[in-house]
Amino acid sequence: MTLEQPLLFEQDTPGRCGVDLPEPAPVAERLGGLRRQGRIGLPGLSEPEVVRHYTRLSQQNYGIDTVFYPLGSCTMKHNPRLGEAMARLPGFADIHPFQPVATVPGALELIDTLADWLMRLTGLPAVAMSPAAGAQGELCGLMAIRAALEHRGDARKRVLVPESAHGTNPASAAMCGYAVDPVPANERGRVDLAALKAKLDDDVAALMLTNPNTCGLFEDQILDIARAVHDAGAFFYCDGANFNALVGRVRMADLGIDCMHINLHKTFSTPHGGGGPGAGPTVLSAALAPFAPLPRVVRGADGLRLVEHEAEADGHPFGRLKGFHGQFGVFVRALAYILSMGADGLRQVSGDAVLNANYLMVRLSEAMTPPFAGPCMHECLFDDRALKDTGVTTLDLAKALLDRGFHPMTMYFPLVVHGAMLIEPTETESRATLDAFADAVLDLVRQAKAGEAAMTQAPVGTHRRRLDETRAARQPVLRWQD
Amino acid sequence: MNDLRFTAEHEWVRVENGVGTVGISDYAQQQLGDVVFVELPPVGCKLPKGDEAAVVESVKAASEIYAPVTGEVIEINEAVNAQPGLVNESPEGEGWFFRIRIADEAELATLMDADTYAGYLKDLD
Amino acid sequence: MRYLPLTGADRRAMLERIGAAEIDALFRDVPAEVYDKADPGLPGHQGEMEVERRLKAMAARNLSADAAPCFLGAGAYRHHVPAAVDAVIQRGEFLTAYTPYQPEVSQGTLQYLYEFQTQVALITGMEVANASMYDGATACAEAALMACRVTRRRRVVLSGGLHPHYRAVTASSARFQDVEVETLPPDPEAAEDLAACLDADTACVVVQNPGFFGHLRDLSALARACADAGALLVVAVAEPVSLGLVTPPGAMGADIVVAEGQPIGNALNFGGPGLGLFATRRRFVRQMPGRLCGETVDAEGRRGFVLTLSTREQHIRREKATSNICTNSGLCALAFSVHMALLGEEGFRRLAALNHARAVRTAERLEAVAGVRVLPGAFFNEFALRLPKPATAVVEALAARGVLGGVPAARFYPERAELADVMLVAATETVRDADIDRLAAALAEVTA
Repeated sequence: MTLEQPLLFEQDTPGRCGVDLPEPAPVAERLGGLRRQGRIGLPGLSEPEVVRHYTRLSQQNYGIDTVFYPLGSCTMKHNPRLGEAMARLPGFADIHPFQPVATVPGALELIDTLADWLMRLTGLPAVAMSPAAGAQGELCGLMAIRAALEHRGDARKRVLVPESAHGTNPASAAMCGYAVDPVPANERGRVDLAALKAKLDDDVAALMLTNPNTCGLFEDQILDIARAVHDAGAFFYCDGANFNALVGRVRMADLGIDCMHINLHKTFSTPHGGGGPGAGPTVLSAALAPFAPLPRVVRGADGLRLVEHEAEADGHPFGRLKGFHGQFGVFVRALAYILSMGADGLRQVSGDAVLNANYLMVRLSEAMTPPFAGPCMHECLFDDRALKDTGVTTLDLAKALLDRGFHPMTMYFPLVVHGAMLIEPTETESRATLDAFADAVLDLVRQAKAGEAAMTQAPVGTHRRRLDETRAARQPVLRWQD
Repeated sequence: MNDLRFTAEHEWVRVENGVGTVGISDYAQQQLGDVVFVELPPVGCKLPKGDEAAVVESVKAASEIYAPVTGEVIEINEAVNAQPGLVNESPEGEGWFFRIRIADEAELATLMDADTYAGYLKDLD
Repeated sequence: MRYLPLTGADRRAMLERIGAAEIDALFRDVPAEVYDKADPGLPGHQGEMEVERRLKAMAARNLSADAAPCFLGAGAYRHHVPAAVDAVIQRGEFLTAYTPYQPEVSQGTLQYLYEFQTQVALITGMEVANASMYDGATACAEAALMACRVTRRRRVVLSGGLHPHYRAVTASSARFQDVEVETLPPDPEAAEDLAACLDADTACVVVQNPGFFGHLRDLSALARACADAGALLVVAVAEPVSLGLVTPPGAMGADIVVAEGQPIGNALNFGGPGLGLFATRRRFVRQMPGRLCGETVDAEGRRGFVLTLSTREQHIRREKATSNICTNSGLCALAFSVHMALLGEEGFRRLAALNHARAVRTAERLEAVAGVRVLPGAFFNEFALRLPKPATAVVEALAARGVLGGVPAARFYPERAELADVMLVAATETVRDADIDRLAAALAEVTA
């Protein structure tokens, strides 16, 4: 049972307060006449009210801690609590970004240690640590590519992006000033190599490719793809969202990749937090490394240095992507995870992730149809042919799963598959959980085919039933107002 | 007799005295689902045939609307700004988007009449 | 391994069901010449105890701000965060949830985002706010690009009082989008004339209040000048606690307000993760970047919340999206919102007043140090000093005496000799009288 919880603003009792702060000492104010006038409108609540408010709100959520959460392409796996504890050590949490660098050698050591692991795991010689999330990592890679091309006087205008790509890829290319040119897939769910080659010319700056791709498949012609891209004088950007399928087994450099962002909140298990914060360190080839953004942590003869200015930097940094020195708190959690798993553990991570996905693919294929033959990598993809003529859609099936205590899979993505259902179980789920999920999906498909269930009304047992998104968008109400 | 002429991208145009009224077809609104927002071109803007003229949005999709003929936008339908649902309720009537002064009526010959468009839709399915 | 539930027996049984001999067989699409060539030089897995020891040893090498009087600001501020904030954000239902794309099982996240948007709109004095960006600097860059979309112009003017990282991030974003950036020189005396920089191509003027050097300014006249020129006024706020005491940008006529939300509810964390706040006028909402949460009803007519106006975003609009942002700062927004809920009207105002009082007291004490001058002008909780010696050396000497006394302007502008003696000093409610005494004494000693 989840209880109704009014908005904070509806619980206002003027004069109530959840903190005890001392009376400010009287001083000669120096506000230059800019003292704020009138009531701000913030509600007054005591600490017990606030804690109950948020505890009740939390109970309206599904999280990995409470349910199986097989969102394809999102990698919702267990978030170890060791990382939370370590990130709260005062020596990490309570250090200021502009302390004299000599007072934070441990912070530089942490960044450098994590960077070293990321470079070794990918085989690439450099890494830009500052990108705040995957999409910013994409931007980082593309900006480095554009800077490198401009440096050699090569003003290319297009970036090739497969039709199945995550939406951030074309959006990042556009933010970097490139025109996006889509690349079709072949009948096996991979890049159509002939079509790609036909598009590659001296106007193409880069190919952005997710590998394993968004259909959950390894791009088995990747070495040919890389060769073709490089022969055209372009760079090969890999979207590293699915690196968790390969970590410890394949070094991305060996595939011919020039740069790749790594979502620490996916492969390296830092919490998604309801939509962030993430981190997107971006590994770079030797050709791109000189253009990496500021700041950089650099190893020198006398230890680690924090390079914050172009004049102190080797090469030609393209600029700066975010404030301060990167998502340091996320780095601490990622390193705690990496040190815990070690090289052998990370290899087991990719193995178990791929094993779990293939197991679900086989079990669900009892009644559902994968558009492409396996084996899959860390996620398995189905289309909606099993639901044809039942009146039940992919959306209905997903919503019905909510009533069975599962978070649904990713729906209607990738766009290239009709009614797509993309299922990523991750390595942190047991066989029993996978079986329970498979049983639930198969039972729902059976019900749909038998015309038994009113699935189009699902969910019925959640805190809220289906929400009217049309109303929300037609007359947007984006804040409380009394 | 339906006096609308259609494009392959599902825009329609109705011509009176050298002025075309432009909207999207009933088929297009069905494909989009509930329309939540329409972004219309500024009055006075000159559009070559095939250029992006407007954007129509549902909750989960946004589609560009292209000028079916070359001309100057002389009026926009404020009613669909206030009530985007009109595009669903009356796509080929009250849910029109804008009026355009047609530069060259010969371009109309490249568009489909209602019967041809109906056959075109049949082939799409 | 403690995070992996599969046993050897599980794996064998599952492989048998799949019809594969071993896990390696599932990787058969990977070209053999690149499979399993990973560096064997990396260490193996470790227990919690060993990892804890290693990381604690790293943490111990840093001088944490709770172990020294801390007067550091320059865009990151150390405030006391109530214990309830951390308890709430560590609840697994918040910590381990994804972006709330399934609203039926995400009402907790969606309601706090709606409350967060309301709080941000209220304190900035704006009509609407989004569900957060990465940090203040990236929010600033996004605001400049949004102003270009709104005005259909391609030139932005950046104040010399804007945080140098905000300037650099905005310039980097603009560089690749064919947007012209005019960056005014650093402005420690708050003497620049931004209105004079407006022309018919100007999309926006970006100014920070309180400024990077601490100055508070009335931006009303600048807002009018921008409106007359058809440009937008973007105001950045690096210290949002100031909004409890100082006239908000919305009341001065700002069109877009961006801010760094870290100082409320979030620890310093060496500068990351941050929390970008982004607020604007209602009529610009469709040009806004980032996620937005809106109110609606469910199938039974009950109030509920959803992510809305998503057609602005990359997952639908792809290369035509308003931004490429996807993941933002959800959990940091929760921390901000819980802290704001605990503060409420009374607590937020008092916290701001306390900060100002501490800073005034600090300024008064430091003005009395021989050779030290506080730069004139109004301020909130941070101000700039001119020192009789280069500030970088002074700051290092203070640190050697166990005092984190300030941030030298030369850390950001090493090439500018005229800023070599400028030091920024911030004082929040965490600063005690004894800390101020220690700073004053140490400063007298090292500048003598």
